[in-house]
Amino acid sequence: MAGIREKVDVCVVGAGHAGCEAALACARMGLETVIFTVSVDSVALMPCNPNIGGSSKGHLVRELDALGGEMGKNIDKTFIQSKMLNVSKGPAVHSLRAQADKAEYSREMRKVLENQEHLTIKQAEVVGLLAEDQAKAEGLYQKRITGVQTFTGAVYEAKAVILCTGTYLKARCLCGEAITHTGPNGLQAANYLTDSLESLGVEMQRFKTGTPARMDRRSIDFGKMEEQLGDERVVPFSFSTDPEEVQIDQVSCWLTYTNERTHDIIRANLDRSPIYAGIIEGTGPRYCPSIEDKVVKFADKERHQVFIEPEGLHTNEMYVGGMSSSLPEDVQLAMYRTVPGLENCKIVKNAYAIEYDCIRSDQLYPTLEFRKIQGLFSAGQFNGSSGYEEAAAQGLIAGMNAGLFIRGKEQIVLDRSQAYIGVLIDDLVTKENPEPYRMMTSRAEYRLLLRQDNADLRLRKIGYEAGLVTKEQYEYVCEKERLIASEIERLQNVRVGANREMKEFLESRGSSGLKTAATLAELISRPELSYELVAEIDQDRPKLSDDVIEQININIKYDGYIKRQLKQVEQFKKIEKKKIPADIDYEDIRNLRLEARQKLQKFKPVSVGQASRISGVSPADISVLLVYLEHFAAVIDSSGSHCDSITGG
Amino acid sequence: MKSDTIAAIATAVSDSGIGIIRMSGGDAVEIADRVYRSKQNRKRLSSVRSHTIHYGYIYDGDLLVDEVMVAVMRAPNTYTKEDVVEIDCHGGILVMNQILEVVLRNGCRLAEPGEFTKRAFLNGRIDLSKAEAVMDIIHSKNEFALRSSVKQLSGAVSDKVRSLRGDILHEIAFIESALDDPEHISLDGYTERLREKTEKIQSELGRLIASSDNGKMLRDGIDTVIVGKPNAGKSSLLNLLVGEERAIVTSVAGTTRDVLEESIKLHGVGLNIIDTAGIRSTDDAVEKIGVEKARKYAKDADLIVYVVDASCALDENDEEIMELIADKKVIVLLNKTDLEQVVSEDEIVRKLTDVSSNADSNELAHLSVIKTSTKENTGIDVFERTVRQLFFGGDIAVNDEIYITNQRHKQALAEASESMELVLRSLDDQMPEDFYSIDLMSAYAALGRIIGEEVGEDLVNEIFSKFCMGK
Repeated sequence: MAGIREKVDVCVVGAGHAGCEAALACARMGLETVIFTVSVDSVALMPCNPNIGGSSKGHLVRELDALGGEMGKNIDKTFIQSKMLNVSKGPAVHSLRAQADKAEYSREMRKVLENQEHLTIKQAEVVGLLAEDQAKAEGLYQKRITGVQTFTGAVYEAKAVILCTGTYLKARCLCGEAITHTGPNGLQAANYLTDSLESLGVEMQRFKTGTPARMDRRSIDFGKMEEQLGDERVVPFSFSTDPEEVQIDQVSCWLTYTNERTHDIIRANLDRSPIYAGIIEGTGPRYCPSIEDKVVKFADKERHQVFIEPEGLHTNEMYVGGMSSSLPEDVQLAMYRTVPGLENCKIVKNAYAIEYDCIRSDQLYPTLEFRKIQGLFSAGQFNGSSGYEEAAAQGLIAGMNAGLFIRGKEQIVLDRSQAYIGVLIDDLVTKENPEPYRMMTSRAEYRLLLRQDNADLRLRKIGYEAGLVTKEQYEYVCEKERLIASEIERLQNVRVGANREMKEFLESRGSSGLKTAATLAELISRPELSYELVAEIDQDRPKLSDDVIEQININIKYDGYIKRQLKQVEQFKKIEKKKIPADIDYEDIRNLRLEARQKLQKFKPVSVGQASRISGVSPADISVLLVYLEHFAAVIDSSGSHCDSITGG
Repeated sequence: MKSDTIAAIATAVSDSGIGIIRMSGGDAVEIADRVYRSKQNRKRLSSVRSHTIHYGYIYDGDLLVDEVMVAVMRAPNTYTKEDVVEIDCHGGILVMNQILEVVLRNGCRLAEPGEFTKRAFLNGRIDLSKAEAVMDIIHSKNEFALRSSVKQLSGAVSDKVRSLRGDILHEIAFIESALDDPEHISLDGYTERLREKTEKIQSELGRLIASSDNGKMLRDGIDTVIVGKPNAGKSSLLNLLVGEERAIVTSVAGTTRDVLEESIKLHGVGLNIIDTAGIRSTDDAVEKIGVEKARKYAKDADLIVYVVDASCALDENDEEIMELIADKKVIVLLNKTDLEQVVSEDEIVRKLTDVSSNADSNELAHLSVIKTSTKENTGIDVFERTVRQLFFGGDIAVNDEIYITNQRHKQALAEASESMELVLRSLDDQMPEDFYSIDLMSAYAALGRIIGEEVGEDLVNEIFSKFCMGK
């Protein structure tokens, strides 16, 4: 067939939140990159909720930004309301969430893509992956990716391919009895790629998710709802956004509730819900239940919250948060109209459930490369996760690693003590995930260290080394780190006496007097005091910026807890650093219990640490594994050959 | 990096002879110094030469525990290539256990099963060609510890631990769901409720720790099951051992319809003896249940006593029993030797060997056949000696594991209690709510170790099943 044939470095399939980050990362590393999308108008589309961030997801965006990703910058340019969640709780769970102007968000991201050097956008459906058998056995790789083919027959040869197909593979949308074979928002589904993947030996599964209705703003009576305002002082997502630039006029969201009448209508029509009627096969997320799920599962709850959120400044569409559904259109309308303020609502877009193909993510290395297919990476909902932020975070890592792979450099794996992104990816590749995976703060065992406020301190260096963070940005963080350390040291060494003036000063700040002399750090650690509040008795302090002061306060106030976690991390790192050769055959280690052997064979962990997190692998199995590896290493050494471990970082 | 210091009882627990408590690790000598006093109380073990032995005493604070010899061996010429200290004490179970506890309180961690060997290997002390053997030891010791740890726990205790865990998990899930979805779930006024809960859990943990001190936490002994055809003399044996008419003994086959359980001390070591209904095909409903139970008990037992009526030829019921017990540690009592004997010892051994799936007849070294007459009370002394030998000779290694298990459980309880104390402290300090769940989680994990349960996806499951969240 006489089709177009092009040669590039990287093909990115899909231009959602994962695809955009992946493509930008590759192009910014100087690699010729093509990003494919079924519709150029749907770049960085937000087909569900109109916000970025939220608990733990806000952390992901911060980390992404520190590594050189785009999402944080893009939402800073296009948000219409912003809130720091959990401010009354500890700093570890503070989390930023912004309402986006969806259309603007998409347009801005498209602009960034269009103007990125080395990056081309191509509207085409990728229908096949091209791969060749690996000539020489290298680790576990059986095949090597060589490119992609589009529906029109065009072939793009590439050194790496990154799959970010979101919810488009064999997508099916359900609204009661009405079923359409489309992707989200009525967009064209991608129906061929699944077969190509399966022919390469990739194991697929089917997931489901859903979205609520959108309503015409003019049909809603906001007088019956509670107004939800944004923060007075907005904190930007990106470490490189000037905080002054985000102090804009914000729009409001609205809160209302369902009631018994709503629930009665739902219960009376459950048999018409495709989920309860058994038409939906895919597994849906428990954390994002449809309203019918909530009513059935939490039958004793008299009401559920409903958040009405604008979809943008230039549209009348309002998102009805908390009431996603796959009930038929007529039931939806009746049910929504029982909610105070929605009595006369007009639905612009019906709520629907969507089913799609995705992979079982245990087929991936923590680098997000397929274990069996060299050069093939994947990210986002295709990997069985959910959420824009989870997708973007994986997209960046997949993009970075594809780039590093082509450059022949060591790929990046963030571990669980470094970043939420590390937790996210480790969970994806190490655990059985029976439903779309969502980030949660409780999944991060070292969350006191993984705060959104210190993502730059944790990750800038890695972004800089990969070439995604500028020298200037990196040097700023190095200087910040130095200032924090030296100021804390000073505070720990400046002593104040237990005299009358001190007593008066402390009592005027609602604190108690000193019995003996104390350091400034000791005073700051008192719950009622802070670095700012002791300024009066600390005349010699240097002039420091707000972000440095924030770190000083947190580090001093939570010192004991932070030290405890650091100690746990030290333990964690010990076995995390022990790598397992890719070609290990667990069948050889007959002292492992059968279940452990099977699980290890399936997940093929890259480190002993990862192995220890696989369910069904006991501490005793880990001991056996350690002994085996020691033995194995000696055998390899003496035979003179060398075994590459697959990862570093 | 300096490795932590581990300790364990290094000899089989018995009432006689010498017992050794071994410590290995960077702080071994220092820890020994904290509990050791020489005669004049002038000697410091940290200043003695390596590979020397010292006479003295072990003290628990100001309390004398035992008169001992302490061997100090410094790295690298030791079994583990780390500093090793061995305390030779009087071999009583109680004393050994006390000394172990003292060193644990003074900075040692209880060794995992097989950990000394593992360290020896990883530090290069054991030849690499022995890797296989080392893995074997770790594997089998762990399997055993795991089995006994859960099994030894008394039902009431494991129920209690489970319910405390459930309570803790519920609180964590509530806090976490509020953190993850602050707009749907509020923590207003929660801290007072948490304080109440925490104090309640803390006091129950205190009770459990106290009960582990007086040894009530574990079933004290190994599971011995008496099997045999109806009327072979099982109940008579039990009565002889227990010393009272506990089981109903008549000569009508099938009298013992249920399962009788007794605990006895045989030379200082506890045995839980379960007399089962005779195993035979039966139509009687009540008896049927008893027979099923007998099968189940036989499957889980540490030791089987198979009582054979020597005056009665072996039949298909015996074959069934033999199949059931083929791969277990078995003592066969050839009973009723006061009557004319029609079953020989050879026949028993041959038949048991035939049904054993393990072709390696080494396994059968554990098979002893003893002639007895429960009626005339002959051979019972031989039986007792045999049990003792199996027990102390290390063939049945259950005994030290029981005590180790108890230590392990105690340590886990103490850890859980410590974590709950930290929750209370965080509450006192008015820390934000997210700090509570960190220590609650540690307590949850510690309690899980007692009943052999991992943390896994528990929390996420609890959050989604109990709390309604999401967009």
